Amino acid sequence: MNWNWDYAWEVLPGIVGQGLLVTLEVTVFASLVAYVLGLVLALLRRSPFAVVRWIVWGFIEFVRSTPLIVQVFFMFFVLPNVGITLDPIPTGVLTIGLHYATYTAEVYRAGIEAVPKGQWEAATALSLPRGRTWVAVILPQAIPRVLPALGNYSISLLKETPILLTIGVLDIVGAAYQEGSAAFRYVEPITIAGVLFLILSYTSSLLVRRLERRVARSN
Amino acid sequence: MFDNLPEFVSTILAGLGETVGATLGGIAIAAVLSFVFGLAMLSGSRTVRVIAQIYVEIWRGTSEVVQLFWIYFVLPILVGYQIVPLMAGILVLGLNFGAYGAEIVRGAIQAVPRAQYEGAIALNLTPAQRMRRVILPQALVEMVPPFNNLFIQLLKGSALLTIIAVPEMTNQARNVLMDVYTSQAGLIWTVLLVFYLVLAVLITFGMKYLERRAGRIVGRGPSQAARDRALQVPADCGAGTGAGWVP
Amino acid sequence: MIQFDAVDKRFGDNVVLDELNFSVRPGEFVTLIGPSGSGKTTILRLLMTLEQVSGGQIWVGGECLSHTKRGETWVPADDKHQRVVRKRIGMVFQQFNLFPNMKVLQNITEAPMRVKNQNKSEATAAAEALLDRVGLADKAKAYPAQLSGGQQQRVAIARALAMQPKLMLFDEPTSALDPELVGEVLDVMKQLARDGMTMIVVTHEMGFAREVADQLVFMDAGAVVETGNPWDVLSNPQHERTKAFLSKVL
Repeated sequence: MNWNWDYAWEVLPGIVGQGLLVTLEVTVFASLVAYVLGLVLALLRRSPFAVVRWIVWGFIEFVRSTPLIVQVFFMFFVLPNVGITLDPIPTGVLTIGLHYATYTAEVYRAGIEAVPKGQWEAATALSLPRGRTWVAVILPQAIPRVLPALGNYSISLLKETPILLTIGVLDIVGAAYQEGSAAFRYVEPITIAGVLFLILSYTSSLLVRRLERRVARSN
Repeated sequence: MFDNLPEFVSTILAGLGETVGATLGGIAIAAVLSFVFGLAMLSGSRTVRVIAQIYVEIWRGTSEVVQLFWIYFVLPILVGYQIVPLMAGILVLGLNFGAYGAEIVRGAIQAVPRAQYEGAIALNLTPAQRMRRVILPQALVEMVPPFNNLFIQLLKGSALLTIIAVPEMTNQARNVLMDVYTSQAGLIWTVLLVFYLVLAVLITFGMKYLERRAGRIVGRGPSQAARDRALQVPADCGAGTGAGWVP
Repeated sequence: MIQFDAVDKRFGDNVVLDELNFSVRPGEFVTLIGPSGSGKTTILRLLMTLEQVSGGQIWVGGECLSHTKRGETWVPADDKHQRVVRKRIGMVFQQFNLFPNMKVLQNITEAPMRVKNQNKSEATAAAEALLDRVGLADKAKAYPAQLSGGQQQRVAIARALAMQPKLMLFDEPTSALDPELVGEVLDVMKQLARDGMTMIVVTHEMGFAREVADQLVFMDAGAVVETGNPWDVLSNPQHERTKAFLSKVL
């Protein structure tokens, strides 16, 4: 085989250092956007105004059915045209977060529907205001149940972050590719990137599975 | 503003062949691998199960972009000859989504009630007959909704092939149109998104047809549980955790 | 105190209440019995604004619950108006419906604090008094999941009482309980009746009805078939349908 350990050692810091940091940064922030925005979308889907429901439904279906990479390019090229100049990383975080918000919206919907109807009725019987019912009764029961599903989506999100190398973000794979094209040797950098991803996704799925068990136990 | 629209459409459609080719090729390979490895994960032999598990973990646990680079840049060096980018792309799509599909197949087979398996034993059917005539037909119906989702994911994955310079639709928009028409980016990318949406709808039509065919064999459609699970993408691509018994 | 004026309730093609006339006087204890689908639970749900009438009007304490007057015409009441009238009514459900994410005390203080703007110490003091009244003073810091069914239902009663209602509705309050836990809930209800609360109770507990109720109402197919003193109705039913129903359940 053609493995060059000296070269591998040389490229390692770039990939596992700066590259890893960027990957984690994008994953964490995009996940946060997805978690918050997804809840907003899920709540809007229950709006009493049919127009709002339809627009949100259309938006969700459109974003879910089309490639994330195309959406990234869209934001990257179109935002400057309308006067919004963002660096590649914020653009990427926003786009990925928006894309995954359409998945988490479905998760939240299922969680909210799983809260027994009787809880709503008891709140009505006590004349609790709607806002208070959501905050104190419904969401505290809905959200813990959906945390494992949200965690799984974050793992998928992590695996899609390398898409951002197309707009110049130097995450793990971006850094690996850069090193590789500088030295015309791709074997070591790409393999390191691959192994790193395996480690990241395996450890995070172990964590999510533990979270799953804890949630199941508390029910 | 819309003067250049015909040019945009025709340029993007020039990549349609590659997109459809990559998607269909990927679906074909993924479908085969899903069944092979899905059944392998339920095998009596521990070695076979472990090998299948390793395949699934590796191809599910790594990023598709990494896989593309690896198959396109690294594999040729290791095996000695260069692969055409489109072939590399089809291979990655097939292997990647085959891993997710294997979980769907495994989950659907394990979801067939144990009583069916026992009834087949009582009738003295061989293991192969059991699988072919009793278990699989019932599992097939349950598999269709999650596979529908999976194949749409695969279609979306075909857009990543632009990274290894396959001249599919996204590549056409990015490398051909963007250099010239940067100011019309909004329109160009919207057109591209609409094309993908149309293709996704076509896939869903195709899968609905398969759902009816599969349903006719067993006399019913997929259970609500399968439909609900199918909405959980892409983490486990609708596979669920399975019931835990080995047919 | 309560007046149903020719109330209709339809769910699609299904007519659940048909020109129903029904009334309850203050301080009265009314028991509703009848086969499922007869509309007895629907009466409670209409009072609690969990459903809206398809026709007719409902009056609570002299005010119209279902409609408001705009000029000379009656229009269906909006949620704001219904909330005002509804606040005088409390409801206890078959499935208790306690909030599992809150402790018992918080379940009881939540509504008074949020709706009646009581401050924490007032609400807590009142809640503790109510818990004492239903015999669960020591369970204030427990979570609903840690209580038995009978205890949960008694907490539910305390929670409804915290809003100081003039009328209490009970929708089959003991149907979801193990037999040995039924008595403790019925005892609380008996005491409530003795204290003068106006109560409408949907139940299958005939013995309880006979002992405590002022009025027994038998409903079938959306209308009142027979009504009167529990002793009379149970031992000497006048209508065929009443006889048929009672022969099956007694």
